[in-house]
Amino acid sequence: MKSFSNTYIFVFSSIMVVVVAAILSIAAMTLQPLQKKNIEINKKENILTSINIESTAKDAEDIFDKYIVESYVVDHRGNKKEEVDAFEVDMKKEMDKPLEERNLPVFISINDKEEKQYIFPVYGKGLWGPVWGYVSLENNLSTVYGANFSHQGETPGLGAEIATEDFQNQFIGKEIFNEQGEFVSVSVKKGGTANPQSKYEVDGISGGTITSEGVDEMLNDCLKSYIPYFENIKNQ
Amino acid sequence: MNKEKEPLFSAKNLKLLREPLNDNNPITVQVLGICSALAITVKLKPAIVMALSVVFVMAVANVVISLLRKSIPPRIRIIVQLVVIASLVILVDEVLKAFLFDVSKQLSVFVGLIITNCIIMGRLEAFALANKPWPSFLDGLGNAAGYGVILIIVAFFRELLGSGTLLGFQVIPQGFYNLGYENNGFMILPPMALIVVGIIIWVQRYKNRKLIESN
Repeated sequence: MKSFSNTYIFVFSSIMVVVVAAILSIAAMTLQPLQKKNIEINKKENILTSINIESTAKDAEDIFDKYIVESYVVDHRGNKKEEVDAFEVDMKKEMDKPLEERNLPVFISINDKEEKQYIFPVYGKGLWGPVWGYVSLENNLSTVYGANFSHQGETPGLGAEIATEDFQNQFIGKEIFNEQGEFVSVSVKKGGTANPQSKYEVDGISGGTITSEGVDEMLNDCLKSYIPYFENIKNQ
Repeated sequence: MNKEKEPLFSAKNLKLLREPLNDNNPITVQVLGICSALAITVKLKPAIVMALSVVFVMAVANVVISLLRKSIPPRIRIIVQLVVIASLVILVDEVLKAFLFDVSKQLSVFVGLIITNCIIMGRLEAFALANKPWPSFLDGLGNAAGYGVILIIVAFFRELLGSGTLLGFQVIPQGFYNLGYENNGFMILPPMALIVVGIIIWVQRYKNRKLIESN
């Protein structure tokens, strides 16, 4: 076997790293606009799923423009902030900020029956990475109209089941305020233990306990920050 | 160098292409790359995209390593192989994200895991490091195709029996469902991929007696 000096090995690896880095950054830069567009369309699809409207990558933008009539950002007191675009808000960054500085996006849609829904983004932690989604409430700001969850890398067949219709459909018709008007969120119980009569509980995923707890916490934390906004709307 | 030109598709070269498809199939004979074969074969489309991605990564990686084979210091050859594979996989991932976003979402982490597909590194180490670019290219193509073919066969049966569709189109007529036919939910679960692979291995050994281990 030919032997190589240490200098050679060093030079060889340095050149290799530079060449590879150059190729990959060029590829990443040229493809970025297309990828961004895809992510945007995907976000619109997800928002539409939370109001129970199916769309595909092709028609998502048109359907989105048709049903989503208004969107704005509110602060932790529930007052509108003019300067921020709700669609551009990155929930990941917002959740890292203290509550007082957060931008809280609100999307408003009108369905075919002329009913108004409020859509709120939620963001939290699963087992392996972030989980996020959109929850829509009916005009009374308590009854869940629909929900959509996504995840980055939850275990397929276990935690990843939160992204399935079966899991998400459980939320429809649940209440986030109890009869006394206190905020209770919708809790995600251990798989199979939710009381079917309860308006405030859904079944988690068996074998996906940590992900289910993540969803539970996410709903509680994120929806809670909108309580002042709910009050403002109700008092209008 | 005495250049005695070997025809591009000599018997020896063709064998490189043909062997992995049957006698030396990476999945059914060498039993490599099973993990991804279980994960992404629920539907035909991701399986085809995965197969093509592996074909691309493996053929190009084999050629690159083969071209560099005389200048790669043996002491860091594994690292060099990994860097080549990893950059090709990242490239594939970026392209999928830009042009086939929904498929890329379904494949999710498994595109990245092509890096750890032992078939690829196995071929680089065992073949490309010691052979010229053209045979290496054929070897990569053959092995990736051998892997891809099994993936596609498994996905074909899983999608057909599990969802009643092929590439997303309904192929089992509604009339069957009206008569009481139901999709087999089992086929969607990973264990059925293992069983389908098992059946393929069985059929292959039945047809090809020399593969039967004698013990």
